[in-house]
Amino acid sequence: MNSRSWRGTVLFTVILVTMGATVGLKLYGTAGEVTAASTSVHSTGTTGSSAGDDSSAGTSTATATPTPTPSSSASASAPAPATTTVTGSAIDTRYGAVQVKVTFSGTTITAIDPVQYPNRSGRDVEINDQALPILQQEALASQSANIDTVSGATYTSEGYIQSLQSAIDQR
Amino acid sequence: MRFLETVMGIPMSIDIRDEVDAAPAAERAFAVLREADRRFSRYLPDSELSRTNASGGRGIDHSADFREVVAIGEAAARSSGGAFRIRRADGTWDLDGLVKGWAAARAAGVLTSAGLRDFCLNAGGDVAVSGSPGEGRTWSVGIRSPQGPEAMLAVLAVTDGAVATSGAYERGDHIVDGRDGSTPRSLLSATVVADDLTTADVLATAVFAMGADGIPWALSSGARGVLVLDASGTLLGAGQLAFAQPASAG
Repeated sequence: MNSRSWRGTVLFTVILVTMGATVGLKLYGTAGEVTAASTSVHSTGTTGSSAGDDSSAGTSTATATPTPTPSSSASASAPAPATTTVTGSAIDTRYGAVQVKVTFSGTTITAIDPVQYPNRSGRDVEINDQALPILQQEALASQSANIDTVSGATYTSEGYIQSLQSAIDQR
Repeated sequence: MRFLETVMGIPMSIDIRDEVDAAPAAERAFAVLREADRRFSRYLPDSELSRTNASGGRGIDHSADFREVVAIGEAAARSSGGAFRIRRADGTWDLDGLVKGWAAARAAGVLTSAGLRDFCLNAGGDVAVSGSPGEGRTWSVGIRSPQGPEAMLAVLAVTDGAVATSGAYERGDHIVDGRDGSTPRSLLSATVVADDLTTADVLATAVFAMGADGIPWALSSGARGVLVLDASGTLLGAGQLAFAQPASAG
């Protein structure tokens, strides 16, 4: 009994983490573009301000907004962390539809609330003994993360040593 | 501060982020690994394991370490229904499925006992992490793809725990399903995240031998999370698995 409810919790955790990260990654992707745009505008602003006045580089972003930069200036004009709420799309899993609402402060996740998730009936608890197929995009997305180290069934190969070294050097 | 040494013919690294002179502690940790190699090596004729196998176990007064490793292996063999095994068909010991993880867990314990908090120990792909690599981040542990050492199946974010991966892609068919002596084919790779590396290593080996059926067993035997790649290329996950944030997120 105890172990059954625990497994239900595990499933729920996996689903929440998976969904949260999936939604999060989508937004992070967007946030990354905003940052990039902001950076490019900033550099434009710096050259602009150096021509105009001697003000510090810190204020040059304000100067940058009215400069004739194309569409990117609109998204770059909101650098302060804003609280946003994003509801993820409903994902059908073998355990039922899963959907979460994620609250961000800037790019930081501050809350993940379930919108819908499979009800935890006895049937589900039985199924929970099976492995949950990972949402591929989440695992794929994490492949680009900076790595500190590598786990693998790895022994003497030269390739492994090189890989380990490169992994460590990437940090 | 990073230390790299080859022990058991395997590259092992200790990456310590505490702002102290960690060299003495790292040396003690490597000494633990070397000692385990001398005791459990199949290649050193003088090791306790080799002498035991050569004598059929007669007349050997086993060390406490040997008894400890055998006890852990026997418990895993029972619990896995025999899929995990520490004796070959001819009765000789084969402790490879757990010695590396056990020794590395003990080496990580040496670092903790030395007061170090933020470190990552990698014993040929068996990983133990503590604390943070810095700036409050979690350690990012890449899971090697069977396709090649440069490719990652996924990158896991791990705090105070251990990650071990088993597969046949590098050492060949060295893992046997102890239940029938067959070579496991249903999985390409099995990764287990657990609190300690002894547990992670044993469970990863056992799950690889058992196939996907071993996943719920592993979760009930101490795994926090399990990630496997099955023969069809499908990635399966169970338990708690936190994936690292992509680099594009900054």
